[in-house]
Amino acid sequence: MTEQNRKNLARGARNGIPISMGYFAVGFTIGIAAKNAGLTPLEGGLASMLNMASAGQFAGFTMIAASASFAALFLMEIIINARYLLMSASLSQKIDEKTGMLKRLLLSLCVTDEIFGISIAEQGKLDPFYTYGAYLISMPGWTLGTYLGTLLGGILPLRVMSALSVALFGMFLAVIVPPARKNRTVLVLILVCFAASWAADQVAFFDRLPSGTLIILLTLVLAGGAALLFPVSDDTLNQETAGSEVAHE
Amino acid sequence: MSRTLAYILVMFISTNLVRVLPLTLIRKPIQSPFIRSFLYYVPYVTLSVMTFPAILSVTQNPVAAAAAFVVGILAAWFGRSLFQVAILCCVTVFLLELVLV
Repeated sequence: MTEQNRKNLARGARNGIPISMGYFAVGFTIGIAAKNAGLTPLEGGLASMLNMASAGQFAGFTMIAASASFAALFLMEIIINARYLLMSASLSQKIDEKTGMLKRLLLSLCVTDEIFGISIAEQGKLDPFYTYGAYLISMPGWTLGTYLGTLLGGILPLRVMSALSVALFGMFLAVIVPPARKNRTVLVLILVCFAASWAADQVAFFDRLPSGTLIILLTLVLAGGAALLFPVSDDTLNQETAGSEVAHE
Repeated sequence: MSRTLAYILVMFISTNLVRVLPLTLIRKPIQSPFIRSFLYYVPYVTLSVMTFPAILSVTQNPVAAAAAFVVGILAAWFGRSLFQVAILCCVTVFLLELVLV
């Protein structure tokens, strides 16, 4: 580790503080979902430490609660976290191409919507140590929040639990809505998704599918359809990856 | 190993596989416009279908949840941060349920 690496590590950690605070709060509500799925506080915290994926963990806990098969859970996580594939691919272009395998591996494990956001926003090439710093501050916030949410979820008043249960959906909206304001295709796509998801919810047949299958089907059909009908230009791909704006606020 | 720990292990492997493969294997840009576009649209679709109508059934009163849904969209549209949007949704449900429940 050079002196420059050390500086970037510290700078990443500093910029990770607001992310960590947000993670702590949202992690708390993820913990409530973990508790509802029958996880202990330690299991909830462990899941958060190992995954660092809000939507993925939320879907995962829902599937655990429904005693889904391991294969369905595996596939679900691949699909729902597919955006990390794009972010990771994007970061592979942002680092020095001579970066070694271990550094690449560690960097990839740090990819979340917000940490990707501040990493891709770096001027010029990205020093992986900057991202490591942000991760080292953010991960404990996420993990501790989840642990406490799983621990305290049950003893909070019903009123408070009910209010907290929408926090995660609010976070999802904060990721998908801002790009929709700038991109009409994304706006229409989101509205179509809401309508299709609502319509599918009305069809009794889908109730009999294994948990999470409907989300996978809708994602393949709707994202596939949108990609065929409205291919995205390279400029848009470089500028507007979902979640990348969130971290700048 | 308990079934829950096995579930967590499965999540750990699949979630991080998605993160690890591109950074370690791809050293050139993805060329296929379809795959690039598909990956670009995936988060919007997944998060949209996970949010609605699921949000309506997590609170004590669905009207409060519907209001939080609208408030969340408006707050995000007008540039509130992730944390602020989440909090505004919670406050909406809490206040409305004081009246409705």
